[in-house]
Amino acid sequence: MMRDYDVAIVGGGLLGSAIAWGLGRLGQRVAVLDEGDIAKRASRANFALVWVQSKGLGMPAYTGWTVRGAKAWPKLAEELKAQTGLDVVLQQNGGFHLCLGEAEYEQRSQLVARMHNQVGAADYHMEMLTAAAVKKMLPLIGPDVSGGSFCPFDGHVNSLRTFRALHAGMKQFGVDYLPERAVSAIAREGNEFRLTTAQGELRAAKVVLAAGNANQTLAPMVGLSAPMGPTRGQIVVTERTMPFLPHPLTTIRQTDEGTVMIGDSKEDELDDRVQNHPINAVMADRAQRMFPHLARLNVVRSWTGIRVMPKDGFPIYEQSETHPGAFVACCHSGVTLAANHAFEIARMVKDGALAPELVGAFTAKRFADEIGAGGSGYY
Amino acid sequence: MSAAPKHEQYDVVVIGAGPAGLAATTATARAGLSTLLLDENAGPGGQVWRAIGATPVKNEALLGADYWSGAEIARAARDSGAEIIHRATVWSLDRNLELGVSVGGGSAFIKAKRVIIATGAQERPFPIPGWTLPGVMTAGAAQTMLKSSGLVPDGPTVLAGQGPLLWLLAAQILRLGGRIDRVLDTTPRANYLAALPHAFAFMTSLYFVKGLAMMREVRAKVKVTTGVTELAAAGTDRLESVSYVTAGGRRERLPVELLLLHHGVVPNVNLAMAAGVEHRWNELQLCWTPVLDADGNSSIPGITIAGDGAGIGGAQAALWRGRIAAERAIKALRPTAKVSDLSPQLKRAERGRTFLDVLFRPAKQFRIPDGDTIVCRCEEITAKDVLDSVAIGATGPNQLKAYRRTGMGPCQGRLCGLTVTELMAEARGKSPQEIGYYRLRAPVKPIMLSELASLPKSDEATKAVVRG
Amino acid sequence: MFKRAEDDGRRALTIHVEGQAISAREGDTVSAALLASGLDVRRDTAVSGAKRLPYCMMGVCFDCLVTIDGVGNRQGCLVPVAEGMQIEIQKGKREIGK
Repeated sequence: MMRDYDVAIVGGGLLGSAIAWGLGRLGQRVAVLDEGDIAKRASRANFALVWVQSKGLGMPAYTGWTVRGAKAWPKLAEELKAQTGLDVVLQQNGGFHLCLGEAEYEQRSQLVARMHNQVGAADYHMEMLTAAAVKKMLPLIGPDVSGGSFCPFDGHVNSLRTFRALHAGMKQFGVDYLPERAVSAIAREGNEFRLTTAQGELRAAKVVLAAGNANQTLAPMVGLSAPMGPTRGQIVVTERTMPFLPHPLTTIRQTDEGTVMIGDSKEDELDDRVQNHPINAVMADRAQRMFPHLARLNVVRSWTGIRVMPKDGFPIYEQSETHPGAFVACCHSGVTLAANHAFEIARMVKDGALAPELVGAFTAKRFADEIGAGGSGYY
Repeated sequence: MSAAPKHEQYDVVVIGAGPAGLAATTATARAGLSTLLLDENAGPGGQVWRAIGATPVKNEALLGADYWSGAEIARAARDSGAEIIHRATVWSLDRNLELGVSVGGGSAFIKAKRVIIATGAQERPFPIPGWTLPGVMTAGAAQTMLKSSGLVPDGPTVLAGQGPLLWLLAAQILRLGGRIDRVLDTTPRANYLAALPHAFAFMTSLYFVKGLAMMREVRAKVKVTTGVTELAAAGTDRLESVSYVTAGGRRERLPVELLLLHHGVVPNVNLAMAAGVEHRWNELQLCWTPVLDADGNSSIPGITIAGDGAGIGGAQAALWRGRIAAERAIKALRPTAKVSDLSPQLKRAERGRTFLDVLFRPAKQFRIPDGDTIVCRCEEITAKDVLDSVAIGATGPNQLKAYRRTGMGPCQGRLCGLTVTELMAEARGKSPQEIGYYRLRAPVKPIMLSELASLPKSDEATKAVVRG
Repeated sequence: MFKRAEDDGRRALTIHVEGQAISAREGDTVSAALLASGLDVRRDTAVSGAKRLPYCMMGVCFDCLVTIDGVGNRQGCLVPVAEGMQIEIQKGKREIGK
């Protein structure tokens, strides 16, 4: 038997869960339809950064949206803790991108300069630091580190615990999480949407597509589009070690549990079952050059994951003109933007309209024109 | 002594130097195929013939004839012309038959035309309350120490569980002058009836007479409590007592320093699964076994699995499975070579196995814990934690990882995987096959970051990582 | 907890556990030598600090983790002892530089 809902959300990853949690918080009756245990889940393969620096090159609106998300994160973390008792260990004391050798330092300096020249991005306070300045903040760096960029708004979080807290919180808000219900068709009849699953039909007044790369096939069912150019990334994880890294890096972070995560690569591949060993070798080599003491740590896991990546790297938030009440949301940065999704996007979905001043720039209509060469939606 | 592989490519790479691996190595090397045998331990023998040739226990009667039969098999492998490397860790294997091998703190990739996985078995997880306390060990652990170091228990000691190995260990400990205060037999009473139809095959098998003699030997010296239905270890920071419920429903407690647990062995699946070999849930043996044809060929062309890793069959069956896998490799690489049909020998070695599987099928309460009993030893996650995650939507082991980090510690699910699958299946009213298992990936055993860093890189790979 | 067989004819060698010299036998693994020593060789886990001793002795469980010659978190059950080896009991997470 399928209940009727105010909103059906397709996708139970970080993005779908954050919106569902936010809608539940606003008293909406929500169902989340999700796949099962084996699925290409970006939410299980993320790097857990709450990251501002260098985001939005080529699209100032994305800079603003990212900063807004980072600033709203403490509120999300507090509410999740109050509701579920789970501490997601948000840490926002600034983060680094470290460079090895002078050429990398030069290249990064240019990127920082370009960011500063972009309207609105100066608020970042992103700056280049010399190796000596970096060493004061990260005492264990090795001699190959030539310096790096630092942004005081950057941070990270325990993303798996965030995922769990959102799911626990959703449940408390009365959201029905329905796993193993892949959606095969969506149709609008009268004032409601009918979502077809193998277990039967589910009806809801609104529908939010938050199915990651599957949005590509789902969106056209409700008059939307989601042009994706997903990429593959690899991550290497070590055993637990004593705390040594007070700030996260774009490529290395230490979790609150003590493990060291080393990323991050980007390939135009979609098979997440195989690993590219040379890439792991490069990542490991760079990590031990940045922090020589890591060399002797044991690697306990490594994995390949697929990123949800709209074609130009920036998020897509769109509402359907032909199917009022249907929304699509796709973005790579599900962790960084989680608070925006939980608070802003959820509110907009409840109100039935996306707020153009906040997310108007992220319309998929931008893809109707020639798609740009790609900005830095991804850091 | 532990040198890296001499070549970058071999006709056959065999992983594991137990009965199956030794037999396979001997056969392929004798047939003229370039053969590399990689093994994690300091010497050949695997678990069943551990420390063969090195054991301080020289009196052959103490360890028994079955143990010493391994000496000849190990010798044959050594003299076969194969390259044999001990203390080698195979941490990666993929469908292109490329292997990541770590020896002496350095790693390299090698290629094989055929891979024979003979990684054998491990003890089935025995998740009772208190099983992480210092002083609770597996029976296999005690046997390892007995064989390789001549160590036997000398304080208050209880053996608990079921199956041939438990009795073999008890007999060996007693023969070496070790101490056992009690054997708690957990074989479910109902299993005796269920096993009856298979009894004839068993009574005419290799196991029967030996098994009976061993049980008689132990019972003559140690009190045995049969039909135990509950078991718990207790103590503060170390094992202090074991409590149990008898067949009559009486709860009893024994002060104890060492508790040795055993309820069978299960295939070591990590390497094969990480390579992508298809496995299915085996409802009789209550574990994952690879999908194989009669020759041991897996779902990945060129990868054959032999020995207990193919499904528990014991040492004799492992020997024949190893030889069959070898014949298969020889035939594939030397199409004109003459190979013989060894299936009758395998069939004979497997005789009586079904009886043992049915009789020693562990009871549910010893496989599927509840409450505060730890399921994942590495991450210290309890049965209740797992059930709470199911309640908020975890559908299988991989979603559970996201919620609870189970299987994400150094043992990589080896001691929680089966429990997690069965616990989630039970909680969700599904079969273990439907619930599935952890998606495993390289490295299947930890390697140092510096080893990973020293492996071949490419400009393409660098570009994928260094992006400004 | 364990005692050695009386007719163990293997060569004795000395290893050091937290600085204390103990006798082991050639062919012992580090874990076996520690368990035979009679010393308190329980480690602390990296998660809760709970006390543990080896469980499987065959490379599966990682409860035998120990610092050997300055390198932390090694599987003591897979490493043979060597004369003069320096052993430290693993205390929680891997220490920096060990």
